[in-house]
Amino acid sequence: MSLDKADVRKIAYLARIKVPDEDLDHLAGELSQIIDWVEQLAEVNTDGVEPMASVSDVTLPMREDVITGGNRPAEVTANAPEENKGFFLVPKVVE
Amino acid sequence: MSNKLNQLTISEARDGLEKGDFTSVELTESCIGAMEKARGLNAYITETPELALERAKASDERRSGDGAASGMEGIPIAVKDLFCTEGVLTTAGSHILDGYKPVYESTVSNNLRQGGAVMLGKANLDEFAMGSANITSYYGNVINPWKATDGKDLVPGGSSGGSAAAVASHTCLAATGTDTGGSIRQPASFCGIVGMKPTYGRCSRWGIVAFASSLDQAGPMTKTVRDSAIMLNSMAGHDPKDSTSSPKATPNFEAALTGDIKGLRVGIPAEYKMDGTPEEIVKLWDQGTQWLKDAGAEIVDISLPHTKYALATYYIVAPAEASANLARYDGVRYGLRVDGESLDDMYMNTRGEGFGKEVQRRILMGAYVLSAGYYDAYYKKAQQVRTLISKDFNDAYEKVDVILTPTAPSAAFAIGEKMDDPIAMYLNDVFTVPTSMAGLPGISLPAGLSSSGLPLGLQLIGRAFDEETLYRAAGVLETAANFSAVPAFVEGA
Repeated sequence: MSLDKADVRKIAYLARIKVPDEDLDHLAGELSQIIDWVEQLAEVNTDGVEPMASVSDVTLPMREDVITGGNRPAEVTANAPEENKGFFLVPKVVE
Repeated sequence: MSNKLNQLTISEARDGLEKGDFTSVELTESCIGAMEKARGLNAYITETPELALERAKASDERRSGDGAASGMEGIPIAVKDLFCTEGVLTTAGSHILDGYKPVYESTVSNNLRQGGAVMLGKANLDEFAMGSANITSYYGNVINPWKATDGKDLVPGGSSGGSAAAVASHTCLAATGTDTGGSIRQPASFCGIVGMKPTYGRCSRWGIVAFASSLDQAGPMTKTVRDSAIMLNSMAGHDPKDSTSSPKATPNFEAALTGDIKGLRVGIPAEYKMDGTPEEIVKLWDQGTQWLKDAGAEIVDISLPHTKYALATYYIVAPAEASANLARYDGVRYGLRVDGESLDDMYMNTRGEGFGKEVQRRILMGAYVLSAGYYDAYYKKAQQVRTLISKDFNDAYEKVDVILTPTAPSAAFAIGEKMDDPIAMYLNDVFTVPTSMAGLPGISLPAGLSSSGLPLGLQLIGRAFDEETLYRAAGVLETAANFSAVPAFVEGA
């Protein structure tokens, strides 16, 4: 399975990464090479094998449904590139 | 004992501090001096000498002299710049976290801080811990304090390359690292120090910049096995803020160093004898086996049949998790923002400029294997193979207590090598990735020198949550290897 320029453009958009047009071919080559290499897994018989999402064999614990923090807007926005009165500012999204 | 305070081990410094031979301030000053002299190695992204002296002074004031102090009280350490540190720039080696000063402290660095450890600065690393040579950091390459015979600069390994170089050059007594596929053990091997990746769940991941959450684990990088045990005791422990943190009690790891491995069953996995592994590494592995045998261990040949698939499995699972974890860097809440016409443009510009090439490659790879139509063929398949890799280890541990392997397929290589071929670079982690996939503890310790005079590590792999046996075996191996070579940088210092 090899990727072409259009595939990479699409994946890059899905991942919201701007990739200059002139880099697409090179990237397609690199990703195809990695994908060809990982395809060796096809030769492993995994019929009836459960997929492993985590090595922890415990059920994730539930915590009490209580408020544990909050009301610290200044800390929440302390590192914001643009902030105003406790809000994060972004480019206009509604015309 | 060394007469230069910065060259002490944690256990030596602990004794000296307790006896009042010197203060934490004196010890810290010695490290700060060494850190300044070692700037050419680029092991630190941010130095925090003032903070360090303040904490060292507080430690000296706390110390009561009744032997009740924690093992890390007053000990100067470097912290990998993947741990969020309150009020101190935290970059993950990436442009995209420009100017980010967390308002909180990661659990592990906080445990160390509460235990009295003194942070000297934030250690350089591969961007978002993605790399095996510390050549992907936005803040530049780290240089290994060891030199090739031809005088070329060598990589320190990665991703915890800054931590490894900082310890090996004696700018600190120890450092924190994180390991996702070998990022503690491989740089430890390249720099001639001890690197321990504990069992997944032993140390809290809370406040550590996430790479691949089902694999990431923090651990100590130290000069000796004993130091590793002391430091892990301070780092580990259950944390309700990380749902995968284990509720198991933390044993006294240092007490496990009995020096007695009579009857211990040591597994030698046939599949780790890979084609193309240099003869000197195979020889060292045989030597390590012999050392353990001489100390009374029983050597058992074992098989881990899915070993050869571990790397390919890793390079599906880790990028998939990374692509999800790194979605949070959007230019809105922290770090770099590159403006755009629309919100989407702003996201794309920020992430296009903020992430380096290797990180972008992995995010794209992850997004691809998780995308509709490919999920089952790649991601689910990899998760199934992961089950088989884990089962291999479970089967082996029916017959053995620990497993001995080389840590890496080579000694440190020159900066510039293996850079054009991602897969050649990924092969660095061929011996460390299977352990990570199974969530098991693994420790690398320096066991010998290559023909070009560079350190080579051996790796011991243990059962889940049995770091004690691992430390016991590692202690014996360390004594037998009696590794005493000194890096060129330190010799010349």
